[in-house]
Amino acid sequence: MLRIQNLVKRYGHGEPVLRGLDLDVPGESVVSIIGASGAGKSTLLRCINRLVEPSEGSIELNGLELTSLKREPLRKARRRIGMIFQGFNLVDRLTVMENVQCGRLGYIPYWRAALRKYPAEDIERAYHLMERVGIAHYANQRADALSGGERQRVGVVRALMQQPEILLADEPTASLDPVSSRQIMELLQTLSQELSLPVLINIHNVAEAREYTQRIVGMRFGKLIFDGEPADLDQQAMDAVYSGTSETTQAASDSAPMPMVTP
Amino acid sequence: MTSPTSTSVAERTWARYTPQQRWKRFATLLVVTAAVVWAVESIDIIWPWVWDAPAQVGDLFGRMVPPDVSNLRAILWALVETLNIATIATFVAVFVSLPIAYIAAQNTTPNRFTLWLGRFILVSSRSVNTLIWALLFVAIFGPGVLAGIIAIMFRSIGFLGKLLGEAIEEIDRRPVEALEATGASRAKVVLYAIVPQVIPTFFAVGILRWDINLRESTVLGLVGAGGIGVILQGAIDTLNWPTVATILLAIVVLVVLGEALAAWLRRKVI
Amino acid sequence: MTDADASRVPDSRRHWQKPPFIANPWLRWGVVLGLLLYAVWAISTLPFDLDRISQGMTRASRIFSGAFPPNFARYELLIDGFLESLQIAILATLLGLILSVPIAFMAARNIAATPIYLLGRGIIIVSRSFHPVIVAILFVKAVGFGPVAGILTLTLYSIGFVAKMLAERIEEIDRGQVEALRASGSRYIGVLQFAVLPQIMPRQIGLGIYQLDSNLRASAVVGIVGAGGIGSTLMNAFGRYDYDFALAITLVIIGVILVSEAISGRIRRSIG
Ligand SMILES: Nc1ncnc2c1ncn2[C@@H]1O[C@H](COP(=O)(O)OP(=O)(O)OP(=O)(O)O)[C@@H](O)[C@H]1O
Ligand SMILES: [Mg+2]
Repeated sequence: MLRIQNLVKRYGHGEPVLRGLDLDVPGESVVSIIGASGAGKSTLLRCINRLVEPSEGSIELNGLELTSLKREPLRKARRRIGMIFQGFNLVDRLTVMENVQCGRLGYIPYWRAALRKYPAEDIERAYHLMERVGIAHYANQRADALSGGERQRVGVVRALMQQPEILLADEPTASLDPVSSRQIMELLQTLSQELSLPVLINIHNVAEAREYTQRIVGMRFGKLIFDGEPADLDQQAMDAVYSGTSETTQAASDSAPMPMVTP
Repeated sequence: MTSPTSTSVAERTWARYTPQQRWKRFATLLVVTAAVVWAVESIDIIWPWVWDAPAQVGDLFGRMVPPDVSNLRAILWALVETLNIATIATFVAVFVSLPIAYIAAQNTTPNRFTLWLGRFILVSSRSVNTLIWALLFVAIFGPGVLAGIIAIMFRSIGFLGKLLGEAIEEIDRRPVEALEATGASRAKVVLYAIVPQVIPTFFAVGILRWDINLRESTVLGLVGAGGIGVILQGAIDTLNWPTVATILLAIVVLVVLGEALAAWLRRKVI
Repeated sequence: MTDADASRVPDSRRHWQKPPFIANPWLRWGVVLGLLLYAVWAISTLPFDLDRISQGMTRASRIFSGAFPPNFARYELLIDGFLESLQIAILATLLGLILSVPIAFMAARNIAATPIYLLGRGIIIVSRSFHPVIVAILFVKAVGFGPVAGILTLTLYSIGFVAKMLAERIEEIDRGQVEALRASGSRYIGVLQFAVLPQIMPRQIGLGIYQLDSNLRASAVVGIVGAGGIGSTLMNAFGRYDYDFALAITLVIIGVILVSEAISGRIRRSIG
């Protein structure tokens, strides 16, 4: 159970990016977060595992207040929060197995990490998960030898190795081709059910959001302005999320990729 | 790609340089000429000696043939000693330079003080030449291999640390962030996200510096810090030119072989 | 995962080893053993003498206490030394740049005939193999102490570097332009002048600035064996145990090198 209350984030002295945001995610649901570029989606996810320091408000994960943690307690809390990145963020020169075991770094002693003497049950778990997502035969390959879709699977397994209580995915499919993209979304959906794991997914592809998630949250200017089932997301709600009238939204849509115009 | 190139070539045929460019070229030429004139005018040179120089150099080479190989054993041993100096010093320096590179890189240094400490160490090591370091260590430890090794180490640390530090600054931040997000401690993040990214540079600069150090070790002996330079200096002092020739040939062989080995290692390792 | 589960899992799934760097175990352990033996032997040849090291420490403290504070009283000597270093560097750079052009053409495979190519390469290899200090000591013997030996040394040193870079550049020049001029019937020299030189000039200027900087550094070193410049001043101070003056010289050398490096880097960046 994740409970976010009145979350505010300000970078430097500028305008706040998150303006008093409230969000509850009960166990084992897949929630997609949609919103125009710059709405603050990444900032929200990063506040949860404190890659970004929240300015105000509270974030509670299964009863533990995350915003006040420091050093060791913070590291312990991060072990329980898996994150999946748009750019996969693997260590290219390490093998797939080493990348996957990175998810256990918070648990194992330093000498094991240094000598690559991982505990037997971690290795077994890694093989099990890699098989589940279809990359077990790559265990000894270097991560940069894999295709984008395969790399994202490594990213997913790395996060699952943490035995997380929640999974955060920041545009996990934005760098993938349509087929891999749907496979990853499907994977996240089924894994969430299998492991009864809440999953938060930032996503620009509204069609995929509708198809693979039970709940969609719309963000604009650092606030939630839509929260409901895919069926509730009608044209009016879409307009509210994506095409506001303010200058900021205008600027955001200007910077969105446009089809090439030939003179 | 092709169209901008062809336009610039076309412009060049019309008027080769813009007036501003022409002015700049003229100024540069003026500065260079002035510098050369000043240097030639005021340098403390006895000109007749200069005109005599080709004859003198030719004479010196004349006295070197045929090379004398009677001391070959001693020369080969000195070569091995030279090789050992370069290898040991490089090996130690590579490891010493790691922590210094770590604190001299902006993205890994613990705080501002350590950053400046690291940079200070690197700059002072780099700006003092190996031979000057050798002068100092010969004065301290007396003549011998030890002074040579330490001198080479002191100079190499700056070189290696600078290049490694730059490599650390250029790493991909994203894996680092991903591992921080898993709750790994700082030391483990360094081990898994930073070290693998820096390893290719680590080997590349280590090999490069070893190659450079091999050359530098050949001259340490001229200030008494061991290696083949010692017998070279001895042979020159006794005007034993045929032996000098053999030593010089031996140095060329050593350096060329070292370069080949370095190139081979680079291909193998990276 | 329960224990019952774990016991059923085959061993291969509970162990993992990073694929070794060298796959063949014989070769791998052979390399390790070889390196280990070399290390033990190389270190055993070192004359480690604790006595001498402890004596060295007292000598070090004497040197350092003698060196502090640095003594700038004889600054005129210092300045003279530097000006001489600068003169040596300028003249050697100029001579080196000029002489390296013909040698680079000789050493460019796409332009020179094979015997000339080998000769050109030979000159480059020899001038690169010898540390400038060795060259300097020979020139000092041939033409006597002083800046002439320094200029000759650094000229050779510049040729080794500049001609090598230049030859590589010439080897990769745009063949199309050369072919075009050849086809239009230009004579050989014409080909060089209009097709090759314009392509290598910018590189030559950049190399020249770089080389001036490295000649200035090197001139501080070759002076140690008597080839003039600030190095000779430093060596004299050291020989007379004037450690405070020697430190002053060293500090100034460091300062000048840093400034020269910064200037040279800046100029090279601005010409691109
Ligand atoms: N490190 C930072 N420092 C300063 N401002 C930042 C920083 N990161 C993000 N911002 C600003 O915060 C705002 C929200 O950024 P955020 O990355 O959360 O948006 P997003 O909704 O994830 O957008 P996108 O869909 O493009 O990923 C943007 O205006 C951005 O410029
Ligand atoms: Mg984002």
